[in-house]
Amino acid sequence: MELVRRDRELDTSSWLRLFDEAVKLGILQVDFTGGEPLARTDVVELVHAARQAGLYVSLITSGLPLDEVKLARLVEAGLDHFQLSFQGATEQTAREISNTTSHPHKLHVLEWLKKYRIGVTLNFVIHRQNIGELDEMLEMVEEHRPGCVEFASVQYYGWGLANRKALLPTREQLDECVEKLKKAEEQLKGKTRVVFVVPDYYAKYPKPCVGGWGRKLMLVSPDGRVLPCHAANVIPKMQFENVKEKSLKEIWENSAAFQKFRGEDWMQEPCKSCDRRSVDFGGCRCQAFLLAGDAAATDPVCSLAPTRSKVDVILAAVNQPETSPREVTPQFLYRPNP
Amino acid sequence: MKPDMTATPRLAPGVRLNDKSQQPRTLLMPERALRLNGPSLEIVQLCDGKHTVLQIAEKLHALYAKAEPQRITDDLLGYLELLHKERAVDF
Repeated sequence: MELVRRDRELDTSSWLRLFDEAVKLGILQVDFTGGEPLARTDVVELVHAARQAGLYVSLITSGLPLDEVKLARLVEAGLDHFQLSFQGATEQTAREISNTTSHPHKLHVLEWLKKYRIGVTLNFVIHRQNIGELDEMLEMVEEHRPGCVEFASVQYYGWGLANRKALLPTREQLDECVEKLKKAEEQLKGKTRVVFVVPDYYAKYPKPCVGGWGRKLMLVSPDGRVLPCHAANVIPKMQFENVKEKSLKEIWENSAAFQKFRGEDWMQEPCKSCDRRSVDFGGCRCQAFLLAGDAAATDPVCSLAPTRSKVDVILAAVNQPETSPREVTPQFLYRPNP
Repeated sequence: MKPDMTATPRLAPGVRLNDKSQQPRTLLMPERALRLNGPSLEIVQLCDGKHTVLQIAEKLHALYAKAEPQRITDDLLGYLELLHKERAVDF
């Protein structure tokens, strides 16, 4: 799967300028994500500059390019929070899903992290192929005691959408997962924060995606284009402004892409007159486009959406009695930096 | 879980205040932020691993002399319990 090419990336000084602009705009936190942020050779300098500018700095990484020296330098540079992604609880599962031998290295990273007093989040990407390993995942949490563990159900964009047939859990698996995580949350109270992101196809109401379009989050791509969310380029006719040409403030406040789904004027029924519109903002625009063909429509996962039946059909296929986990070896499309 | 009066609360790993020069004063954590003012700011500033809960209560009693001390202590314990649950504070 293709990500942004290196020769179009912003240079170091551009990022440094952006951190100052971000703080002036009132932004509190920056997450270095990707792709793989550690692939940038100036990542330590970027962490340092962002922290000096006044931002809270998080690194969201697979941990694969990391060694002990680099981690020490990142912490010294002022890194506040380290989020490490996991594809499974065992080497075998991780290898099947990601087509890499990444798991043992990630366990080393967890050991190195214990030397430092920074925030640590373990992020398990959950789906049908690894939902059965929840107990082992929770054992890892018990052993490593991160400040937070996130069980993030795969969302169906990009890689997830391409592999959806193999990834959606059954209703039974999901119910069991919720039960286990509720218990774990109780046991870990005061020690590790537990966050569970449900697969929203099974939800009654949609997620307040990115805290509402153009309200809480802006994503600056490696090449300088600024997007309201990670998936926004699936929506046709979207033009994204670039920080090489305009200031962050100008883009945030005035760009067509950010303005497109702000406020409520763009909403269709039932969102337009729904009591929940200020709670979930009608759900996800990208998902509305991907499933219903219209980015302004009610997110089809909503039980009130006119297009909810499209989601029900997909769930029915997953929950057929004949379908069972690992019955058929799934064919995965792989992405770099799992 | 409420802390003992002898506990010395401390900000959890990855949790810190924004810079003194930045307004509003905010408690920064992974993926969350808490705006602080008045008592909440005073409490968080004293969560340095050195002040006991009793000492924090006494400082608040002095700062808010017009309020009922027991009420202040109860509010303090409740607030520390909340911060602990959110993993903002260890004790």
